[in-house]
Amino acid sequence: MSEEIIKDVIVGEQEDYIINMGPQHPSTHGVLRLEVCLKGETVKYLIPHVGYIHRGIEKMCEANTYQQIIHLTDRMDYLSAHMNNEAVCMVVENAMQVKVPERVKYIRTILNELNRLASHQLWWCAFGMDLGALTSFFYGLRDREMILDIFEESFGSRLLHSFNTPGGLMHDVHPNFQNRIKEFIKYFRKKLPEYDQLLTGNVIFQNRAIGIGLMSKETAIGYGVTGPSGRGSGFSCDVRKIAPYGAYDKVQFNEILATEGDVFARYKVRMAEMWESMNILEQLVDNIPEGDFTAKMKPIIKLPAGEYFQRVETARGELAVYVVSDGNKSPYRMKFRTPNFSNLFVMNEISAGCKIADLIAISGSLDLVIPDIDR
Amino acid sequence: MSSNIFDFATLTGSIHTWLSGMMSSGWVIFTEMVLVGLVFLLMYALVGLFLVYLERKVCAIMQNRVGPNRVGKWGLLQTIADLIKLLMKELIPIRKSDPLLFNLAPFIVIICSFLAMAALPYAKGLQAIDFNIGVFYVMAVSSLSVVGILLAGWSSNSKYSLIGAMRSGAQIVSYELSVGLSLLAIVVFSGSMQLSTIIESQANGWWIFKGHIPAFISFIIFLVASTAEINRGPFDLAEAESELTAGFHTEYSGIKFAFFFLAEYMNMFIVAALGATVFLGGWMPFHIGNWEGFNQIMDYIPSVVWFFGKTFFLILIIMWFKWTFPRLRIDQLLTLEWKYLLPISLFNIVLIAFIVLMGWHF
Repeated sequence: MSEEIIKDVIVGEQEDYIINMGPQHPSTHGVLRLEVCLKGETVKYLIPHVGYIHRGIEKMCEANTYQQIIHLTDRMDYLSAHMNNEAVCMVVENAMQVKVPERVKYIRTILNELNRLASHQLWWCAFGMDLGALTSFFYGLRDREMILDIFEESFGSRLLHSFNTPGGLMHDVHPNFQNRIKEFIKYFRKKLPEYDQLLTGNVIFQNRAIGIGLMSKETAIGYGVTGPSGRGSGFSCDVRKIAPYGAYDKVQFNEILATEGDVFARYKVRMAEMWESMNILEQLVDNIPEGDFTAKMKPIIKLPAGEYFQRVETARGELAVYVVSDGNKSPYRMKFRTPNFSNLFVMNEISAGCKIADLIAISGSLDLVIPDIDR
Repeated sequence: MSSNIFDFATLTGSIHTWLSGMMSSGWVIFTEMVLVGLVFLLMYALVGLFLVYLERKVCAIMQNRVGPNRVGKWGLLQTIADLIKLLMKELIPIRKSDPLLFNLAPFIVIICSFLAMAALPYAKGLQAIDFNIGVFYVMAVSSLSVVGILLAGWSSNSKYSLIGAMRSGAQIVSYELSVGLSLLAIVVFSGSMQLSTIIESQANGWWIFKGHIPAFISFIIFLVASTAEINRGPFDLAEAESELTAGFHTEYSGIKFAFFFLAEYMNMFIVAALGATVFLGGWMPFHIGNWEGFNQIMDYIPSVVWFFGKTFFLILIIMWFKWTFPRLRIDQLLTLEWKYLLPISLFNIVLIAFIVLMGWHF
């Protein structure tokens, strides 16, 4: 595929109207550059150029201890900071065969779902704004603020938590933690239908979303599109179901699937996931077992030589961590398989022939976080 | 008649006689033209600034925010502060742009909206020029602004601007038809294009009530089509900030950008004022049949209050559109016009002609 694209560019006709969408563009949500070839308003092809915010996190990992690496992973997908942390923690814990207390597993799962909710709320704001419905932005942020307050109360930061450490948590959660989550769920159950009233049922919105950016199940699997974007095409890829971790094996929840594969299907999946996240939270929040907030760990963590692998479900798809250790206190090689990288490169396939406005809708529906692509 | 005290014709008439006592008739006309021009300039700036403030407050209320609240009481001076900032900003010259057209474009846009203001009746006896083709004139000059927008997009040497300008051209030219046809409905009802005659014909009831359902359909079409014509959301494709950054005025800065900005808001005012004049009776008070007492009380409200009240009511509706709906796509936009609004308006015109012919309206 990529060879074909390159050939297209070289052969590219003189009258091709090429615009650079980004790196400074309001709806790429970061420093992503899409080289879009247009014919009138219709997109002929597009080439994503990544690397504008490449910080070499994988290389930096090789010079840092495992405790320090956690803080780097926050900066990949900053909206799923907790899941990124957990992936690294779990890989270390599994490698050292540490038994993590149940309390930690429960709290981590709760934080996972809170983080997923916050991320999906922000996605909803931004998606509405991409389509020109500016009011949705403030509705979403209003509710997200409550989750961020819970985070702030418990671990002092709102976006980049770094609350996990290998073996457990940095410290115990705030005594208010459970009450505030219950309060939030009660509040958000009333507010989430507002989202549907404002956007989902709107005729203009549906016309903009239904049948746009069709992604077949084969395409999704072929490109490795995971998360809600893949599930919108009927690709069952929820790591929480396939390979349960944390406390996910102790809760009842459904994997949300839609089969249409268009922008609206991806939208519906995310909206339904918000309801599902609240269900999971309700099942967990009252049952947090008493116990330690961390397992006993040595101050200097050295992984036994070997290769370790762990995957988690972030708000955008499957994050896999692959560590090669030579027995030292920093990894020999660390590789992150980030969901957004795969999700981005399907764009050319699914956006050919659509309008510029659809391109924005498609990139919005894939819910890209650019630092996660570049790492 | 009690409402005579609110008749601006007495005021303007006394100014005229006072001036005539001092100078020859040629100088009187010259002085009056200068005075009217100054009044319009002042009003243009004031209404424009107030509309910007109003929009920010309205959207803040709709979005659970407070809105501007730091400069002056309730942030009333915020837009003036913004204007001063825009005046002092650097005018960035664009490489390989067409300097003449680039500098001309904002003036074309702002002059068009300025011209349209001249023919609007603001209150009883307060109208600069009462053309016998008033409706036609306002339509004609306000649709000229598309030239400015096209020039701005073309001369900016920017691909986003060009796409925005092309969209805007397609959009304004299409929606012009529906606006014209919906206004034509009332022209058929009242039998005149003169704005003052149209208002006089609504003395015993506004056309939106008198004209049965067809007038109401015309009103709805007018609202939708004129929202599209002034490039406002959900039809703001020409400057769709999430797609084209800012569309045709991406490359403009400082006061030239402010001209586009102000012209956009004033176009909204003009469209709302025209709608209020044609469909909602302009400065005519609200009267109900033969409820003498009620009608008399309504007469005590000055005509200028009626006019601005109705205009701002329509402006609020247009703002409500923008902050609620997502943006349409260009093909959906054109589909809406050519497949729905235009056939409906054409059919509506025939229906109205029939109603008028049979004398069924009140």
